Amino acid sequence: MSTSTATEHAIGAAVPRQRHGISAMAHDSWVVAKRNLRRMTRIPEIVVFGLMQPVMFVLLFSFVMGGAIQIPGTQASSSAYTQFLMAGIFAQTVTFAVAGASAGVAEDMTKGLVDRFRSLPMTRSAVLVGRTVADLVQTAFTLLVLAMVALLVGWRIHEGVLKALGAFALLLLLGYAFSWIGALIGLSVRSPEAATSAGLIWLFPLTFISNAFVPISSMPGWLQPIAYWNPFSATVQACRDLFGNQVGPVDHAWPMQHASLVSVGWSLIIMAVFSWLSVRKYRSAVG
Amino acid sequence: MAPAIQAQNLVKTFGDVRALDGVSLDVPEGTVLGLLGPNGAGKTTTVRVLTTLLRPDSGRAVVAGVDVLKHPNQVRSLIGLSGQYAAVDEYLTGRENLQMVGELYQMSSRDAKARALELLEWFNLSEAMDRTAKTYSGGMRRRLDLAAALVVRPPVMFLDEPTTGLDPRNRLALWGVIETLVDQGTTLLLTTQYLEEADRLAHDIAVVDHGRVIARGTADQLKAQIGGERVEVVVHQREDVSEALAALAPYAKGDPDVEKNTRKITVPVSGGAKVLADVIRELDARSIEIDDIGLRRPTLDDVFLSLTGHATIAEQNGDRNTDETGRPAKGRKSHGKEV
Repeated sequence: MSTSTATEHAIGAAVPRQRHGISAMAHDSWVVAKRNLRRMTRIPEIVVFGLMQPVMFVLLFSFVMGGAIQIPGTQASSSAYTQFLMAGIFAQTVTFAVAGASAGVAEDMTKGLVDRFRSLPMTRSAVLVGRTVADLVQTAFTLLVLAMVALLVGWRIHEGVLKALGAFALLLLLGYAFSWIGALIGLSVRSPEAATSAGLIWLFPLTFISNAFVPISSMPGWLQPIAYWNPFSATVQACRDLFGNQVGPVDHAWPMQHASLVSVGWSLIIMAVFSWLSVRKYRSAVG
Repeated sequence: MAPAIQAQNLVKTFGDVRALDGVSLDVPEGTVLGLLGPNGAGKTTTVRVLTTLLRPDSGRAVVAGVDVLKHPNQVRSLIGLSGQYAAVDEYLTGRENLQMVGELYQMSSRDAKARALELLEWFNLSEAMDRTAKTYSGGMRRRLDLAAALVVRPPVMFLDEPTTGLDPRNRLALWGVIETLVDQGTTLLLTTQYLEEADRLAHDIAVVDHGRVIARGTADQLKAQIGGERVEVVVHQREDVSEALAALAPYAKGDPDVEKNTRKITVPVSGGAKVLADVIRELDARSIEIDDIGLRRPTLDDVFLSLTGHATIAEQNGDRNTDETGRPAKGRKSHGKEV
């Protein structure tokens, strides 16, 4: 630490710019998102392992189980099942982003850095918004790679590129909504390790009691309404419609008939509720 | 002049632990207050309240003329905080860390970039600025953390045990930086367990124990409060000890202490340097050869011991479990000895 430059240090004080409301929040959130995205490039393992799991699912489900699972109205074949499966895998992949958000938030909260953030004149919610936005970017990247793997194993879209992009938009919206659930979990548990498990454990029933891997009509009657109204099912069905991947008979349950609408509705509700709860919890969590 | 930092009767409890039990203090503009106390005394909790990180149960605080409880965000743009453990992102480079902080202080990205480079140079981190902070040594991280607190040249700074865990060279260097800041007019509240640090850096010292300020004054005032100037003489030859005792007798204000093996005599006196001069003349007149002589004032360690009834060192090993950071102890990783 040279004292020779110490005098220069006092010259030309930077006058902080004033931002207010939404523009301040957007600016601060973007600064935090940049930080999280940089971290991802420094710890590429996180991104790589985040990719391996869904890729493995695609390969295992279509090659190992595809031949055995028969979608009603079709012949059991791995290619028919691959068409059916992909929307489910895509949706599962975006919801698994929850684990990343919960672990990331929990880690930030246990490190001193959160004190730095809280002592700065920045928008309170930016720490969480910046986290969820960075996770959204990661999810989009994962989806892109996954779609290419899916194309390699025989998955095709049949309704044109625009509708397919619409499907990916629904998926990202669902993923973004779910990362707010992750943020709340991350704020509620005591360690990043616990956050990872707590972020994942409830996703298994959620993604399996749905139309993701098997048709809902094959489930016991009492379980069917739950599966139909599962936010996850609506997005999967909407994606199948938009990709033109509907295999087997069409489901007549209302949420399945209006899948895109129900999917967007669920995502917005989840986002509103969990972002509100998370920001409130963040404000009070550490005093 | 209005104090730059003012706290009135701050109370904060965590469960049944009364972390702050009515802390009041004020720091005049441009001065340094050293908050001195053992682990768990309430130093960090006080800093957390004053830096808007923690709401007190009751009490009032004003920093740089702004009410901390009413306008926390306004306070945040006027303060810099550097904590016990380095609050930097270890996966970002030094430069990225400082730039991010600048942008979050609402500087334009160009200003934030320029300021980051300026600070990196000042803190001798230029060479390491494009390496992730993970690769930095403890001292480098501390420097980076302190630099982050200086991004907007805040008029009021809070340094929470800035040198804990640093080696002597880094500690001295950091002291130099802190002194420069104070020369430039920064008001500083500094917590420390090191009496030497408070002695050197602080204009005023507040001794904190069990969530209360138990003594307040300059280092000299605190030392004078427990009194006890002493003259220490080491004679060259053991047989001179009794002769030396006789020479010292007229000046002694109490019983002398003699260590035969080291030939050291300690005598309580009063009157300061003049007494020392008299004693030297007297010893010289009696032709007693001496190896060392000096006037010893009590150290802040002595002050601390007499005020709190316990030494600082004894508690450094963490025999108290109060989470002094003032946060729920959930999941905090250990960052050195004081967590």
